[in-house]
Amino acid sequence: MQQLLPVTILGGYLGAGKTTLVNHLLRHANGKRLAVLVNEFGALPIDEDLIEAKNEDLISIAGGCVCCSFGSDLTASLITLAERVPVPDHIIIESSGVAMPGAIAANIGLIQKYLLAGVVVLADGETILTHITDEYIGDTVVRQLRDADLIIQTKNDLTTASHRDAVSHWFTNNLHETPLLQAEQGNIPNDIVLGLFNPRDDNRFSNHDDDLYSSELFELTQHCDADQLGKALAVDTVGILRAKGFVIDSDGQTQLLQVVGRRFKITPYPSDIKPQLVCIGLRNKFNRAELEKIIMRAGGTVAVL
Amino acid sequence: MPHVTVYRAKKIITMDPNRPTATHVAVRDGQILRVGSLEECSGFNDGTLDERFADKVLLPGFVEGHAHTMEGSLWNKIYCGWFDRSDPNGKTWQGLKSLDAVIDRLIDSATLLNDANTPISGWQFDPIYMGNIKVSRTDLDRVSTDRAVCVLHASGHILNVNSKALDLAGLLRQGVEHPGIPLGDDGLPTGEFRGPDAMEPVVAHIGFGQSLLDADEPGLRNFAKLCIRTGTTTITDLASRLDEETVEMMLRVTNEKDYPICLVPLRFFMGLSPTDLVKEVKRLKEHSTNRLRLGRIKVIADGSIQGFSARLRSPGYHNGAPNGLWYIAPEQMLEIYERALDAGLQVHTHTNGDQATQLALEKFEVALQHNNHPDHRFTLQHCQLGDAKQLRQAAKLGMCVNLFANHHYYWGDEHYRLTVGPERAARMNACRTALASGLPMAIHSDAPVTPLAPLFTAWCAVNRKTASGRIQGEDERISVSEALYAITLGAAYTLHMDNEVGSIEAGKRADFAVLEQDPSTCDPAALKDVGVWGTVQGGRIFSAADINA
Repeated sequence: MQQLLPVTILGGYLGAGKTTLVNHLLRHANGKRLAVLVNEFGALPIDEDLIEAKNEDLISIAGGCVCCSFGSDLTASLITLAERVPVPDHIIIESSGVAMPGAIAANIGLIQKYLLAGVVVLADGETILTHITDEYIGDTVVRQLRDADLIIQTKNDLTTASHRDAVSHWFTNNLHETPLLQAEQGNIPNDIVLGLFNPRDDNRFSNHDDDLYSSELFELTQHCDADQLGKALAVDTVGILRAKGFVIDSDGQTQLLQVVGRRFKITPYPSDIKPQLVCIGLRNKFNRAELEKIIMRAGGTVAVL
Repeated sequence: MPHVTVYRAKKIITMDPNRPTATHVAVRDGQILRVGSLEECSGFNDGTLDERFADKVLLPGFVEGHAHTMEGSLWNKIYCGWFDRSDPNGKTWQGLKSLDAVIDRLIDSATLLNDANTPISGWQFDPIYMGNIKVSRTDLDRVSTDRAVCVLHASGHILNVNSKALDLAGLLRQGVEHPGIPLGDDGLPTGEFRGPDAMEPVVAHIGFGQSLLDADEPGLRNFAKLCIRTGTTTITDLASRLDEETVEMMLRVTNEKDYPICLVPLRFFMGLSPTDLVKEVKRLKEHSTNRLRLGRIKVIADGSIQGFSARLRSPGYHNGAPNGLWYIAPEQMLEIYERALDAGLQVHTHTNGDQATQLALEKFEVALQHNNHPDHRFTLQHCQLGDAKQLRQAAKLGMCVNLFANHHYYWGDEHYRLTVGPERAARMNACRTALASGLPMAIHSDAPVTPLAPLFTAWCAVNRKTASGRIQGEDERISVSEALYAITLGAAYTLHMDNEVGSIEAGKRADFAVLEQDPSTCDPAALKDVGVWGTVQGGRIFSAADINA
């Protein structure tokens, strides 16, 4: 069984900040080979200083990253990408302003070699209230947001406090289940947008310096019910945005558990790997003691680190 | 000087109001010199009288303003439609009235294949007429368990495949989660794929290739044969990707001595930013030849009505389905319109639902205020739900419309009972209202969605009959002469080609539809049955009988 290539879908209407976020992700790739798929090479999909070479369909980016345009055939582009040498570590699909990210996500599950790593939808904090009531695109924007595992609200620095209140009021009333994050200029840790890489590589989640997020690593010392653990981690009370873990189930099979927002997925993992779990969440909601209880309820025990 | 040929015909219907009919037309070097009586067409030093059309009726070569060359490639697959349909070689394939009949035809075609891996692909299957019968992979396994087998529905929105095809696509497994892929009791996909998204991963394995948009080289030749059989001499390929390779192939094929049509491919808007799109189409325009006319843009605003992906205004779909999808953001639509107007390029916009039409009108009005172009002829394609107010506004903005008359026949009953309900179904494809609004109008087949046959399209607009035989929206019917105008000069106008084709007048290209009967005097109910002998394109004669296999 080969490792599946993770795909993150970035959705949101025009002007929501997808391109800014993509450039931020590329600048903080930290040695990972990211491949970005965009609908078209519009005006500057990638910051000029990151570009190493450019041709009609492909931009080579510093650090082994690439950006490709997929035009009208996303599946074909994904199949081609998986054959690239070296294979990218992570694919980011920047969907068009009117595309339904959920429909793209559903298709990812159909393509061999790929694994969905989450749907992240951006909302322009300045214009979102106008957009959702627009006669033409209102329902499209709301459907895009409903497709999200995580929502990132951008451009709050351009708005007044009362406007921000009105926006957060709308989100509370309409999408309270989905974690809502704030970010200016794409400033949000890669691990949250893309998902955690293999804990074997990154012993600890560490690549950001703000006060908003924190992470916890747990060593698991006995068999664990991955399904029960996933369900418990994907509720909003524990404040988890992302979690990734290798869990040994009661049959002795290693299971990869991934949580993004309110959704989790379990896939059998081919190799023998030390059972552990990494969680990232909002610092002000995160509670290590509570997480330990959840793990123990699922049958696991936590090693003292 | 090249030789002059004077053709005598039983009747020539010219579309020139000053001389609506004639008996003779003089042609030199692919161009019409004179139209009139024998006497008026005589007196050339080097002329011959050609009597071969003496018992035929000549009309201007038909102009199909909305078709796709892909129809030519589809005939390499197996026709599985409900209605009889003629292939490029003149064979009429009988409509299939049951799933068993479809499966039998697929089995028959499998026995003709030597290679064990070639997929068997059917198209134009229409279970709507079979009580919406559900097809599963086990049904298609009866055709073969070794090869991939698939059937594409007439709507183009649903595909059924067999177990082998699922297996090749890696989908014959538990745990497939997709809203467009139903699962059976065994937890495995039933083999049905609903919607273009869901089909994407499987099409490469079933002989449809990765592109459903473009014709290949044999397909382009097949397509031209269908044109000869239907009297068509100018035809669009309304959404082509027009990559370098395709353009090179199209130039080569259309330049062949006996290629019988003038092809007008429009560049599909996706995949390029508005700036690059306009730049690219401007560049393409420079490569135009007499038989390949480049330099137009196709924008798709929304989806289809029977696929419930068209954008409707309130009250939306009759059956309560949620509103459809946008394929372009309003801001991008405006930017393309503005840049294209500025560059003098024409844009044709697919708008099926009335909300999509409203958006296109609204954005175009703004674009026009910024970049006026006095004779732009931007065209609304399909515009099926356009109402009186919208059609009036389109006329005022100098736009054209190309209405989907054929749709009324094939899906009119569905629209009545399911998609938009009786009231709106009766005013769909409102030809009468368009003409009354002074809106330049064409009517179309959207081949391969419905068969290419301009006389059939004219029949649809004249009779407004649905497949079940009901007349739906009798007040929107148009006269035979209005319909014949729509499939000639009307369509030529929407392509900005009325200066060269669409009527039989001195100075125009010698393009004729050569007919066995006079469509202007036959029973309007028999318009679709008027025989087509063939065509004359640029003075070259193409008889349908000569291309019969």
